[in-house]
Order: sequence, then C-alpha cells, then structure tokens
Amino acid sequence: MTHPVVPIKTYAAVFGALLALTITTVAVSKLELGEFNFVAAMTIAVIKGTLVVMFFMDVRRATSLTKLIVGAGLFWMAILFVFVLSDYASRGWLPGPRWF
Amino acid sequence: MSTYLPFARTEARTNYLNADYGWKSWLFTTDHKRIALLYLFSITAFFFVGGAFAVGMRVNLLTPEGIFAHDTYNKLFTMHGIIMVFFFLVPSIPATLGNFLVPLMIGARDLAFPRINLLSWYLYMIGGAIALTAIVKGGVDTGWTFYAPFSSTYSNTHVILTAIGVFVSGFSSILTGLNFIVTIHTMRAPGMTWGRLPLFVWGHYATSLIQVLGTPVIAITLVLLGLERVLHAGIFDPAVGGDPVLFQHLFWFYSHPAVYIMILPGMAVISEIIPCFSRKALFGYTFVAISSIAIAVLGFLVWGHHLFVAGQSMYASMVFSLLSFLVAIPSAIKVFNWTATMYKGSISYETPMLYAFGFIGLFTIGGLTGLFLATLAIDVHVTDTYFVIAHFHYIMVGGMVMAYLGGIHFWFPKISGRMYPEGWARFAALIVFVGFNLTFFPQFILGYQGMPRRYAHYPPEFQVLNVMSTAGASILAVGYLLPIIYLGWAWRKGPKAPQNPWNAKGLEWEQSPTPPPTYNFETQPVVTEPAYNYSGESEEVGIG
Repeated sequence: MTHPVVPIKTYAAVFGALLALTITTVAVSKLELGEFNFVAAMTIAVIKGTLVVMFFMDVRRATSLTKLIVGAGLFWMAILFVFVLSDYASRGWLPGPRWF
Repeated sequence: MSTYLPFARTEARTNYLNADYGWKSWLFTTDHKRIALLYLFSITAFFFVGGAFAVGMRVNLLTPEGIFAHDTYNKLFTMHGIIMVFFFLVPSIPATLGNFLVPLMIGARDLAFPRINLLSWYLYMIGGAIALTAIVKGGVDTGWTFYAPFSSTYSNTHVILTAIGVFVSGFSSILTGLNFIVTIHTMRAPGMTWGRLPLFVWGHYATSLIQVLGTPVIAITLVLLGLERVLHAGIFDPAVGGDPVLFQHLFWFYSHPAVYIMILPGMAVISEIIPCFSRKALFGYTFVAISSIAIAVLGFLVWGHHLFVAGQSMYASMVFSLLSFLVAIPSAIKVFNWTATMYKGSISYETPMLYAFGFIGLFTIGGLTGLFLATLAIDVHVTDTYFVIAHFHYIMVGGMVMAYLGGIHFWFPKISGRMYPEGWARFAALIVFVGFNLTFFPQFILGYQGMPRRYAHYPPEFQVLNVMSTAGASILAVGYLLPIIYLGWAWRKGPKAPQNPWNAKGLEWEQSPTPPPTYNFETQPVVTEPAYNYSGESEEVGIG
C-alpha cells in the first residue's frame, strides 16, 4: 500500500499546535474556574489526542478496518469511563420505596 | 479440512529444528515455531518458580500456627500469584501453542510480523528478569492484585520493581495479540474462510482482542500506582485525596478479562482435541466460534463483581451481578457442544482426551461456583475466603493447565517429531486430576466455613482440610514433574512420529510435514472442506 507523502509543514504545524495547547493547559490551570478547570483541561487533552491520532498516526487516511479498530479502542475506553462514573454517581443513592 | 496434497516423505529432511544450529540461530530466530519453543522453556521455568512459592504456602498451612513469619507468608502468596498470572498463565497457551500453530492452521508461512514476535519474547524475558530481581532483593507483599493504598503508600517491599516487570511483560502480551489479529485477518490460505477456521484460531482471535484492548489499562494503572508511590500524587490514597476503589476499578477492568485471556486458549485447545478423539465434527461450530467472541466482549463488562464489598454503589453491583451471570451463557454453550460432540462419537482415550475430560469437569465446577460469587448475597459471605481461591484455581489450574497439558501432548509429535510414552502420560494425567481435586476441593469447604485467604495462621478446626489440601498439592507436584521427565526423554529418544499420528483433520496435520519445515508447507495449501470434517462431507452442512 502506498501513502502520499505528507508535507513536513503539516507535521510542523501540528507540533506547533500541540505545544500551544500544552501552554494553554498550564495557563488555564492558573485561572480559578471552579469545576470548569477540569472541563477545560480535558477538552484540550482530547483535542491534542485527536491531532496525534489523525496526523501523526495518519488515521485520517487509513483503511476502514484501521478506523474500526481505533473506534473499538475508544468504545472500550467509554465502557470503562461510563461504568466507573456510574458507580461514583450512584454511590449516595438510597434504596427507593418498595412497590410491592 | 483440506484437499490432501501428496507428500514425497513423511518427515522432512530439513525441518525447523535442524535447519540451523547454534545459540544465535535460536536467540535471533524469527521463525514462529522456534519462538514458540523459546516461550515454552521460559514459561515452564516460571511455572516451577511460581510452584515453589505455592509449596512454601502449603507447607506453612500444614499446622494452624504455620512455620513462616507473617511477612514472609505475605510475600509467598504475592509472588506465587504474580509469577503464575503474569508470567505463566497469560502467555502460556497463546505464546507457545498459539505461536506454533496459528500460522500452520491457517496455511501461512509465519506470523505477519516475525520480528515483532521475537521482540515480544525479549520483552517477556526482560519483564520476567525484573520481577525475579525484585524477588531476589526481598520480594513484594501486596498480593498479586497490588491493592492501593497499601501498595502505593504503606508497603515497604519492592512494589515499583515488580510493577515495572509486569508493565514490561504486558507489552509482550499486546504484541502477541496484535500479531495474531493481523495474521488471521490477512494471511489465511486460499479457501480458508472465517467459517472454516479451526476453533483454535477463533479462540486465539478472541484472546488477542482482549490482550490488545485490555492490557494497556493495567499498564497505565501501574504507572499511576508508581506516580502515587514516588511522587505522592493523590490518585488512590484517600490521605492525599485519592480513592482506593478507583484502583480496584482500573485493576479489574484488565484483570477480569485477563481470566478470559487465560481460559479462552484453553477452550480453543479442547475444541481441537474432542472432535479428533471422538472422530466427529464439532457440534455447533458456529455457536462455539461466536461464543468465544461473546466471552471476550462480555468479559469486559463484569469486573465490578470483584468490588461487591469494596464500597461500590449497590446499583452498580446489581448491574455487574447481572452481567456476570450472562457470561455463563457462552461458556455453557461450549461445554454443551463439546459434550454433544462426544455423543455417539467413536471415543478413544489417549492422553489429550483424558485431559479434555478433566477440563470439562473441572471447568464446569469452576464456572458454576463463579455464579455463586456473582450472586450478591453469597459473595458477601465468601468474599476473600478460600472459596474464592478454590473457584479460580478450578478455572485457572483445573481448566487452563489441564488444557495446556492436553495441548502439549496432542501436538508434541508435531512439535518434536517424536511420540511420547502413552502409558506414562495417561498415568500422569490421572495423578494430576486426583492431586488437583484433593488440593482444591477441600478449599471450597474451608472457604464456606469462613477461612479467609492470605492468612498465615488459622483456627485448629480447619487443620484436617488443610492437611488434605497440602497432601493433594504434593500429589499434584508429582503429576506436573512426570511430564517434564518423560517428554524430555521422548524429545531425544522417543519413537519417530508419523506425519499425522492421530489421523486428525487440519492443515497442520494433513499438509505440513512432521516436524514442519521452516516455512511450514512445501506447497501452498488450498482449503476445500469445512473444519473437523471427520465424516468426509464435501460441503458445509450448516449450523449445529
């Protein structure tokens, strides 16, 4: 399988974006945003991860099977997060009234 | 399984064993069969190291007061678990029999990435060497589960070094899984459709999915553990803002599916042995194949049953309990279909079949007691007791190790080109079965009566059952040593094996010389029949 050559400018631009986003992460952590500090940090992390996967790992031009594998990985991570967070979310719940 | 192509001879003059000589030809080989043997000798060594720790534990438990200090006992059960789980059970069948057989069974010359295959063995050995270094330096006492915050804050043993060993060996597991997935997708011989794949290959495909998707989670969990231990980052220790239950979630997200990494290849072996020695096609091929994938997928959704008494939300526990019951369905499908395969079959009782019988019985007991543990109310009673120890040893030792030994005997002629002594092998299989049950069945009773795991001392009323268990372990040890002796003898002195001593179906028996040449086949195999076509049907006959 042959791949078109990616211009080095593209890689440099992505690298620059990753550096800029890292600086942004540090800057945002200095602000007092309450719960939104976490949201902002995670949002930036997801953007950075997406850039790495799409450009450095070249998934944007990969075959459908490779995209499926990447999707499966994300789905599996979602299973982990959803189940763990549902435990935390429901820990304080008390038993409901009996219906019988 | 395939059109029978003529052979000029039953034994290739040049095969993978005599194609090259010298230590470099082994340590730098990229032949999947030689790498399988490198793994075979390595994991056998680790098996006996892990077994030595078990001997220490069983000797200690002969008397209520024990003979070892508590700290020493803690290290014994920890190192037994770590060596057996991460350095024996996880790589056992996939890295040895899987490595040897997957390319042969699908009609390929090698795995897709031969050098990555060799790299995986080196990573395994580096990880093993690091873990052994930790043991020599004084060991680790956290239990194989590394539970935080004890492991991250309070233990003063070699936690970091051991965790690094497990971390590195995890990458070996990932690379093996990756290699199998790519090989099975891209390198099947003409005519080897997904519906004709041997169930050994289906089982390894499902295993590989778990290895690739699950192992990174244990790796990152151990990194977080190290960060907390070294940098005191507040992740798991409540004293610095962490949550210990989070560690258990992350640990078991990998480690429960890891149980299926261990048992699925065992099921894969049994699915080959039973049709061969029943002279019948496997009953319900499609269901057995799909059940492997179902176990792999459902296995990822049940980890919370390890946290029923750990402070997990009761609603999460109810969901995990239900999902845990669901895993029993594909497991039961396999057991029922193996049994149905034997029904009206022409059964013979060679050693691999004896191990298969043992597997079915012991795995069924292990699986059914797993349902006890998936039941919330019973689990509260028996959590952290010997009931749990007995349950998972019935799966991992009674199931997995029986399958491993069955597989080693079944393919020994193919691997070595020699036959093993059948009488001694049957005797050893019997010894293993008796020794295993005497070791672990009393532990069900001990656990139900309330004896907790991981204690060096116990009340005197538990002594009789503990003595039985230790006596069983001694018999089991003899059962494990015997194959080392007679297989070692047979490798050099045993009678030469014909190409297909069992008259088995499958490319590895029918179209590859014994032992196979370096590139497996002399001509490109072409598959024209369904798997396990012992009745000689020319076409697939559908499901069931």
